[in-house]
Amino acid sequence: MPKTIQRWTRSHEFWLLAVVIVLSMFLTAATDSFLTLQNLFDLLTSTSFAGILAAGLLVVLVFGGIDISFTAIASVAQYVALMIAKTYPIGWFGVFLVACCTGILCGLFNAAIIHKVRISSVIVTISTLNIFYGLLIYSTRGDYITSLPSYFREGIWWFEFTDSNGFPYAINFQALLLVVAFLMTWVLLNKTNIGRQIYAMGGNEIAAERLGFHVFGLRCLVYGYMGFMAAIASISQAQLAQSVTPTTLIGKELEVLAAVVLGGASLAGGNGSVFGAVLGVMLIAILQNGLILLGVSSYWNQFFVGCVILLAVSATALSQRRRHAGLAS
Amino acid sequence: MKPSANRSLISRFVRENATTMTLASIFMAVLAVFGLILGDRLLSVGTFQSIAFQTPELGILGLAMMLALLSGGLNLSIISTANLCALTIASVLQFTIPWGDAGSVLWLTWQVGAVAAGLAVAILIGLLNGFIIAYLGVSPILATLGTMIACKGLAIGLTRGNVLSGFPDPIVAIGNGTYLGVPLAFLLFVALCVFVSVVLRRSSFGQKVYLVGANEKAARFSGIHVKRVLLLTYALSGALAGCGGLVMMARFNSANASYGESFLLISILAAVLGGINPYGGTGKVSGLFAALLLLQLISSAFNLMNFSQFLTIAIWGALLIGVSALRSGTGIFDRLHLFEFWRAKSAVSENP
Repeated sequence: MPKTIQRWTRSHEFWLLAVVIVLSMFLTAATDSFLTLQNLFDLLTSTSFAGILAAGLLVVLVFGGIDISFTAIASVAQYVALMIAKTYPIGWFGVFLVACCTGILCGLFNAAIIHKVRISSVIVTISTLNIFYGLLIYSTRGDYITSLPSYFREGIWWFEFTDSNGFPYAINFQALLLVVAFLMTWVLLNKTNIGRQIYAMGGNEIAAERLGFHVFGLRCLVYGYMGFMAAIASISQAQLAQSVTPTTLIGKELEVLAAVVLGGASLAGGNGSVFGAVLGVMLIAILQNGLILLGVSSYWNQFFVGCVILLAVSATALSQRRRHAGLAS
Repeated sequence: MKPSANRSLISRFVRENATTMTLASIFMAVLAVFGLILGDRLLSVGTFQSIAFQTPELGILGLAMMLALLSGGLNLSIISTANLCALTIASVLQFTIPWGDAGSVLWLTWQVGAVAAGLAVAILIGLLNGFIIAYLGVSPILATLGTMIACKGLAIGLTRGNVLSGFPDPIVAIGNGTYLGVPLAFLLFVALCVFVSVVLRRSSFGQKVYLVGANEKAARFSGIHVKRVLLLTYALSGALAGCGGLVMMARFNSANASYGESFLLISILAAVLGGINPYGGTGKVSGLFAALLLLQLISSAFNLMNFSQFLTIAIWGALLIGVSALRSGTGIFDRLHLFEFWRAKSAVSENP
């Protein structure tokens, strides 16, 4: 048992959790509004988009790949689904079905090109980001969709209740999707044979290939899953924004990448956990929220986020180096 | 000189410049096709001048990206470095009183000082990147992602997202002036290309960059001070990004924390299209130059045909995938053995 504890205290997630807890305690003490249901629900709702994408990107990073194109996939999925929902009465199920199919198709396109052309996945997905995004704006002329179906406008509210001040609360649509996305990813990575294969591929692709893993199939699954998550995130975002703007999502890809990496996923593949990704997303969200509550002008938001990322990656690299030095001596 | 020796020289040149030749052929083909469709509207001095005006912005940032790629890394902070550099120059110009009267030597010195301050900031960011990557051992993509967000945040925080605009004539001329019909910015870009090319090909530092990019471990064991090489590479990359920022601010006559963000991924696209290996170790300035001209030609032609600029970026993405497929699948100039075939034939005819 002590050994388990020792291993746990050495892990990346432990330190991240400690930072998140200390930050939360500090914010609870320093501000009146941090630890209120209202603020926590707002926090959850506004993180939903980045969080769901982080769940998808985690799988890609564990696999040893990288995807930059997911914001473009999300834009395409969102636009196609709500364009169709505007004219045909397809309902919730239909919206999700169309969006997810579009997202998965875009993901499979990425996987096929990475596999056939054999160039690095960063380069392929930078190209497909431009292709998806360029074609989307070209064919839609950048038009917004503002007249959404009424069921979509209302969203889904579960377990509704009101606090003493009369504010209504509920498990809303965004929070629900976020939780489902992380649960699904956790099951995929930790409880299935495929999850173990994804870790193995990320650890050593050549060895996995020689062991007889179906590399192309796995790659399709991983990038398809990313496309699927991008689609879900895009629906969550469209419901929150109450409109579809094809240009708003582009440019967020590197911030999501930063959150996942902050959570301990390695860009070299084979490493990373769902818990870590959740903590990474949480840390950035709480930091941004806390700065606003503390009265720091929101113009300084990004500066602090950038500094935290730099500190975290430097600290991780240093501790790894020290551990390697310890092993060598 | 014997004909065979001559031919082997040609074949060596073709093999060493395969990417540039491929891109030049595509350039000629694209020029011919669009030239037939658009006629005089494309094949005019005005079009080529506009290409020469547009290339430097992306081109100089592409050089900055290229250096990092050659060393086996990546520099995501080039755009925020460029903007921070531009904002530094802009604020020195706006918040200090000009020395001397307009047009005097002192007045020019004041502006040179502002540019120097901006470039110093850019080099500092580059050194920070290099230090984190080389001495702390953080992967380049993460280190530069962090500096990218932090630098952009710093620029937004200091300016509150505002635009600084209105600069003295000499600075504006860098972006909008011409010399004998050629834009000054293009001349600056060509000068920087020559400089980077000479540094990479003729200096020992340049050779070390290639070696570190090709195999870092081997480079370390052969006695190369890898850390110092990486530190200098990112400092130089930062300095080039700063030059890109100078050109951008001069062209728009204004500076802002979020100018040119779309150039970040496009600069990687241009560099890889130009034959720079994204894993490091190989690539030439001439390839990047050819790739940039090709991209701008397509952009200008589409612009003349009234296509949206977004279709242009889609075509750019498709072009990169297409050329990469050619390169990895067939490697046209390698696999055809065109010149080897000629050489073999001439060898046979010489020794009957």
